Amino acid sequence: MEKAGIVGVGQTKYERKKDDTFAELVFEACTGALTDAGVGIEDIDNVITVSNDFWDGRTISSMAIQDAAGSYNKDVSTVEGDGVFGAMYGMMRTLSGSFDTTLVVAHVKGSEGNMNLITNAMFDPIYQRKLGIDATSSAALQARSYMEKTGATEEDFARVSVKNQGNGVNNPYAQIREKISVDDVMKSRKISEPLKLFDCSPITDGAAAIVISNEKGMKRFKKDPVWILGAAHFSDSYTLGYRDLTNSRALEAAAKKAYDMAGITNPLMELDVIELADAYSYMELLWYEGLGLTPKGKGADLIRSGATAMDGELPVNPSGGLLCAHPVLVAGLARIIEATLQIRGEAGDRQVKGANKALAHGINGPCGQAHGVFVLGS
Amino acid sequence: MENNAQKKDEQELLTVSSGEMFQPYDWSVGKFGSKFLHELKENKKLFGSKCPKCGRVFIPPRKVCGQCYVAMDEFVPVSDEGEVYVCAIIQFGFVDPETGKQRPVPYGYAFIKLDGADTCLTHFVDSVDPEKFKVGARVRAVFEEKRKGSLMDIKHFELVD
Repeated sequence: MEKAGIVGVGQTKYERKKDDTFAELVFEACTGALTDAGVGIEDIDNVITVSNDFWDGRTISSMAIQDAAGSYNKDVSTVEGDGVFGAMYGMMRTLSGSFDTTLVVAHVKGSEGNMNLITNAMFDPIYQRKLGIDATSSAALQARSYMEKTGATEEDFARVSVKNQGNGVNNPYAQIREKISVDDVMKSRKISEPLKLFDCSPITDGAAAIVISNEKGMKRFKKDPVWILGAAHFSDSYTLGYRDLTNSRALEAAAKKAYDMAGITNPLMELDVIELADAYSYMELLWYEGLGLTPKGKGADLIRSGATAMDGELPVNPSGGLLCAHPVLVAGLARIIEATLQIRGEAGDRQVKGANKALAHGINGPCGQAHGVFVLGS
Repeated sequence: MENNAQKKDEQELLTVSSGEMFQPYDWSVGKFGSKFLHELKENKKLFGSKCPKCGRVFIPPRKVCGQCYVAMDEFVPVSDEGEVYVCAIIQFGFVDPETGKQRPVPYGYAFIKLDGADTCLTHFVDSVDPEKFKVGARVRAVFEEKRKGSLMDIKHFELVD
């Protein structure tokens, strides 16, 4: 089967209220990825941009970054969703043979709009939006469902925040770089019970870009690629009331398909590192289950065991994850970049020693409606 | 008019209004936008950015020359006079997004090629006379007395002679 790999990565530092315009952030990420790949824009056959009109505050927001994304005189298309889905589309375009190389770029300036209003607007306007429901209040409902069903506690959620914020200290791109304790999380301001301030990811600005190539395009690059061994995505129902919020079946399906492609039968044993979408602390436990790292309902046991800590058997979110920087849309691409750096051995202070096989994960829609999974390897 | 005769048991089809909801934003304008808006407000001067590769001058200024795919870092002054590149006279009512008030119609709309720039600035022209307001006509910026750092610090362009 034709293969595709990642040959270049670039990202801005993630911060709240960055001075640059979003187009300038796109330019920084793209030129960073091209420099990393050791090529110029002329070596890129097509471009995928990732953006959302509500976050950017303009209609067809992708049109505002075409110059910055280097798509002049190139075929360009757009994904409105998490960057992991942009990478999926970019990969498909190279595997189709229509293009040998794809530049994928995502951006967001979370600080320019109003997060509550923007995420409220993702809900059905007739039956749900008027209730004021948004990303955080719906997450609180999911967190509570998970506690009721599995017996996980607020302290278990806090353990995720403690682990990830501890890891974020080692990531120079992270927005929050401060160690905290379970007690700090438990005493932090109540946002939407059972979620407290340190259970919630921050509002973030930033951009990220990757270059994907098929085998034919590889001769343009000097560095060894990080190969895409498996990739899949699935979606659950849009209406929250139609879903079992404690069962991440879309992630299960995506992970199973990606594992089958990559020849993985025991992910806990075979993967070396995972970067996943912990938009809220409890999500990490739920995604452990969806990724098949632990039996259903046992996510809390895994965090308590320390298996997913930096010194555990399968470190999860060495970068600090979304809890340390949550550029919406960009987050999934950032996970792929982190996984790529891990496999290259270029992850600096957050490097997992000898990482050879990594998983990157992104989500879309309320309470993780859709999931995208990449398994990467050398 | 038999369609008007609704059957007794047929439900009328409804709509639901979004009401007064709106989405506020605070867009950063970056280094380039800040220079442009500052000079406009304080000095009634217009600035563009110049591509180090192709030499084209962009107004409003921005960071990237898309065609050359290089960053620009040179600000260059551009004249407040230029010529109408293309124009239209707008007759339909238009709510000014800044004030929420209806703008008077008709009014002139143009892409203006300012002297010293290679791109066009979009603005109002205070003429609706198709004999005078046409492609190639010379125009000059008219600035507001009280300026606040917005494109609307240029009230409109006026025809020169």
